[in-house]
Amino acid sequence: MDKQICDVLIIGGGVVGCSIARELSKYHCNIILVEKEEDVCSGTSKANSGIVHAGYDAKPGSLKAEFNVKGNARMEELSKELDFEFKRNASMVLCFDLVDLPALEALLERGRANGVSDLSILSGDEVRRLEPNVTDEVIAALYAPTGGIVCPFGLTIAMAENACDNGVKFYFNTEVLAIEKTNDGYIAETNCGTYVTKYIVNAAGVYADKIHNMVSEVKLNIIPRRGEYLLLEKEAGKHVSSTVFQLPGKYGKGVLVTPTVHGNLLIGPTAMDQTDKDLTITTAEGYDEICVKAEKSVKDIPFRQVITSFSGLRSHESGNDFVLGEPKDAEGFFDAAGIESPGLTCAPALGKYLAEMVAKKGRFEENTDFNPRRKGITRVADLSMEEKRKLIQERPEYGTIVCRCENISEGEIVDAITRTLGARSLDGIKRRVRQGMGRCQAGFCTPRTVNILARETGIPLERICKNGTGSELLKEEGYEYDLS
Amino acid sequence: MEMRELTCIGCPLGCSLTVTMEEQTITVTGNTCSRGEAYAKKEVTDPTRIVTSSVKVEGGVIAKASVKTSSDIPKGKIFECMKEIRACVVKAPVRIGDVVIANCAGTGVSVVATKDVECL
Amino acid sequence: MIYHDLVIIGGGPAGLSAAVAAKESGLDDILIIERDYVLGGILNQCIHNGFGLHTFKEELTGPEYASRYIAMVKQLEIPYQLNSTVLDINKEKEITVVSSENGLETIKAKAIILAMGCRERPRGALNIPGLRPAGIYTAGTAQRLVNIEGHMVGKEVVILGSGDIGLIMARRMTLEGAKVKVVAELMPYSGGLKRNIVQCLNDFDIPLKLSHTVINIDGKKRVTGITLAEVGPDRKPIPGTEEYYSCDTLLLSCGLIPENELTKQIGASMNPVTSGPMVNDRLETDVEGIFACGNVLHVHDLVDYVSEEAALAGKNAAEYIVNEKAMTDEKETNVIKLKAENGVCYTVPQSIETSTMADKLTVRFRVADVFENRSICVYYDGKRISKKKKRVLAPGEMEQVVLLKTSLEEYPDLKEIVIRTEEES
Repeated sequence: MDKQICDVLIIGGGVVGCSIARELSKYHCNIILVEKEEDVCSGTSKANSGIVHAGYDAKPGSLKAEFNVKGNARMEELSKELDFEFKRNASMVLCFDLVDLPALEALLERGRANGVSDLSILSGDEVRRLEPNVTDEVIAALYAPTGGIVCPFGLTIAMAENACDNGVKFYFNTEVLAIEKTNDGYIAETNCGTYVTKYIVNAAGVYADKIHNMVSEVKLNIIPRRGEYLLLEKEAGKHVSSTVFQLPGKYGKGVLVTPTVHGNLLIGPTAMDQTDKDLTITTAEGYDEICVKAEKSVKDIPFRQVITSFSGLRSHESGNDFVLGEPKDAEGFFDAAGIESPGLTCAPALGKYLAEMVAKKGRFEENTDFNPRRKGITRVADLSMEEKRKLIQERPEYGTIVCRCENISEGEIVDAITRTLGARSLDGIKRRVRQGMGRCQAGFCTPRTVNILARETGIPLERICKNGTGSELLKEEGYEYDLS
Repeated sequence: MEMRELTCIGCPLGCSLTVTMEEQTITVTGNTCSRGEAYAKKEVTDPTRIVTSSVKVEGGVIAKASVKTSSDIPKGKIFECMKEIRACVVKAPVRIGDVVIANCAGTGVSVVATKDVECL
Repeated sequence: MIYHDLVIIGGGPAGLSAAVAAKESGLDDILIIERDYVLGGILNQCIHNGFGLHTFKEELTGPEYASRYIAMVKQLEIPYQLNSTVLDINKEKEITVVSSENGLETIKAKAIILAMGCRERPRGALNIPGLRPAGIYTAGTAQRLVNIEGHMVGKEVVILGSGDIGLIMARRMTLEGAKVKVVAELMPYSGGLKRNIVQCLNDFDIPLKLSHTVINIDGKKRVTGITLAEVGPDRKPIPGTEEYYSCDTLLLSCGLIPENELTKQIGASMNPVTSGPMVNDRLETDVEGIFACGNVLHVHDLVDYVSEEAALAGKNAAEYIVNEKAMTDEKETNVIKLKAENGVCYTVPQSIETSTMADKLTVRFRVADVFENRSICVYYDGKRISKKKKRVLAPGEMEQVVLLKTSLEEYPDLKEIVIRTEEES
């Protein structure tokens, strides 16, 4: 593969890149998406709060505010079109001190200015009626019934699959190394050959500054801001029903406590600026900070039931807002940069906005064959008894449970591997069907999943990876340690 | 005179034993009971171990059949024994007690299967 | 709906022994449900020797021990169903089970024995800081990959946790050609048997670092190294004691957790110390007719004790089914609570019903710390009735006291039995 030619080259297969890819596939044009990792949803999109923000947080008039409200409004319909998990569980911002009440009211006003509907301020007792585990310290809260939660993998992968089904080509393990401007577009050099394109969309997440700065003199600077999280067992998942934020106060910016769409309890994040763009470490300090802060909001959190901790990097741009569209000195190059919170919420609206911008520039015609629907992976656990019975009768592999914590069947794992943009790694399977996401964290199912992945893809066992080359799980046989 | 420090494996107490070897006499100190003395004497004169491992199976429902040395072998022969075990391939079916290597590493002890492995 | 008298969930050592005992007690209609493709459970991958000294008076490997019970099950013609996962059990003893072969089935049982075993504590639950690369395995997962699937999981290995599985895997990896650089243990003592420390570590010059833990994991794709640090009495790392070990694999042997998700679904009361259900002297949970045994009840140190305990559950479940009427008609029964204190962590069972109590009852428990020169004392309503001196007690080893029905009958109004350790002067 030496040279590929396309109309639009999208750099980055995160939630933003995949959203743009899907929206652009509504037009007649030749689209390629390149991703430096082995799968979509491998950077910021895979490690975040999974929150669909209501939209009261961003400054009125900012891009964040505009797209947040639009994205939130779009999410429900999109979740039906693309069959991913989304729930409007409401959110609240807790206030712990009388002196902070004006700030809470300012937040309400800001939300109203941003066009967020149904906001109200609740008293401490009203809060505890809705959320009995909220602490007695809470004196009031901003209540936002439009707040929601989404599976970030589900959203990203669904958009990617749908884009692919509508003709977008995806190339993985492909890292853009240099971009050159030509008379009628750009040439992108990658570690896997050359891409000649009319337009480029830069959705490279924490690396979006690097990509942008290849073509523009108006430099961007993206600071990876690490956030650590704790994930608790499903048994703890009903500890709160809405997403509980803290009003920033004298204790600094707080952490959130939220159920996830799959019924776990998620707590975090911390915020630590760093220079390394893929150092997703967790720390003892981060763990302690999360526990202390979370206990201010919610009492009796069963920290014994933590099943994993993880961290993600937010793409914080120095200008503190999204950077969208063409830089003055780089026509035909479209940025979707600095997409930090509420980026996940904004993604559907951002995709539409940028796709329209690119389509207008390229005068692409509408693709009337576009199919907006994508069917998700059939989850045996979600079916009724009768449906289960029928499915297993027709497809016996759905009767073999591989992941016993989440009750994931072999059929689901095979579907994750063999469908459009199928998984090629253990993490890829995990993000699609939750195999290994339960309390044993893949202890029991790893040996079996490795075998299924090898069988279905023909990849030799010793090359089966956790998440791409270099993360091989097994060593070649017959190895003898050199004792000299 | 030679001295060796050992940990007794007789019970959870794990007594720290000091063994003194002088000509033909072996003295054990630090033991709480007679089992400690017996263990230490054997360990300094003739230490032996049972080796357990697994061998490759061709045509079996699983890739490996577990094996053991049918009795203790000298401790110093463990790695030589492992070399033969790791080179060994058997054909399914395998039955518990099947001799997979006779006279392993010249010890006079055979390696036997400890698991049934059916044919694929 | 399919009907069976007794359904046993799990075909490992506990389930097999329970089935044999139930059959030998005269019960015919038994079904064992096992999720793996063979019976025997975790014993299939425990290929080392040291099993069976109590049960068979000889030293066997795990697969050999399992095969003895499998042979009994086959000889007694006890039916079992492999590759089958139980999805749900309710109070009416209706079991939803799924398999490729039989699809989705509902089985209604007169009694159920829970014998699902336990799982390992994963990295996430241990809150080990650092990156999350490939190459981090629980010792049991590595054991399965090496001993059954025949794969090597790494070349340069660090092991956290010195319980027996960690020690056994240190030797196993060494014999398979890997270099095990160090075994670290958070506690100031090892939870493993002395024999395993000597024969799995000392034999191969593998250092054991007590009061040490992993404070960082390096490697973006595959583990490239870990950092160990010494911990103080509060088990927190001591700054300045960090040591870096380059390695490609970290094995975790940091405790086992009884796998009781089904038990909780049924609604049985749980014991927070054992993470298993509360049971009475018949090993029956507080949901009538649902019994538990083996590692699902509490984590055992020796499989021999699992077999012994499970046999009791099997016998009691059979009696429950045969005499169901008589049992429910029981006029009055005195319920005695068992209480663990002063160095005793828990007891199994947690209560005794005098009307159905056997002549002899073995109460099992573990102690909280390594104790030297203590005695194990039993009190009946505040009165000490027995005292047994122990030179050493360790959390890694299960302890037991035997209660006699005749001695309880001397105290007709007995409400509480306390089991505690006491220092010897």
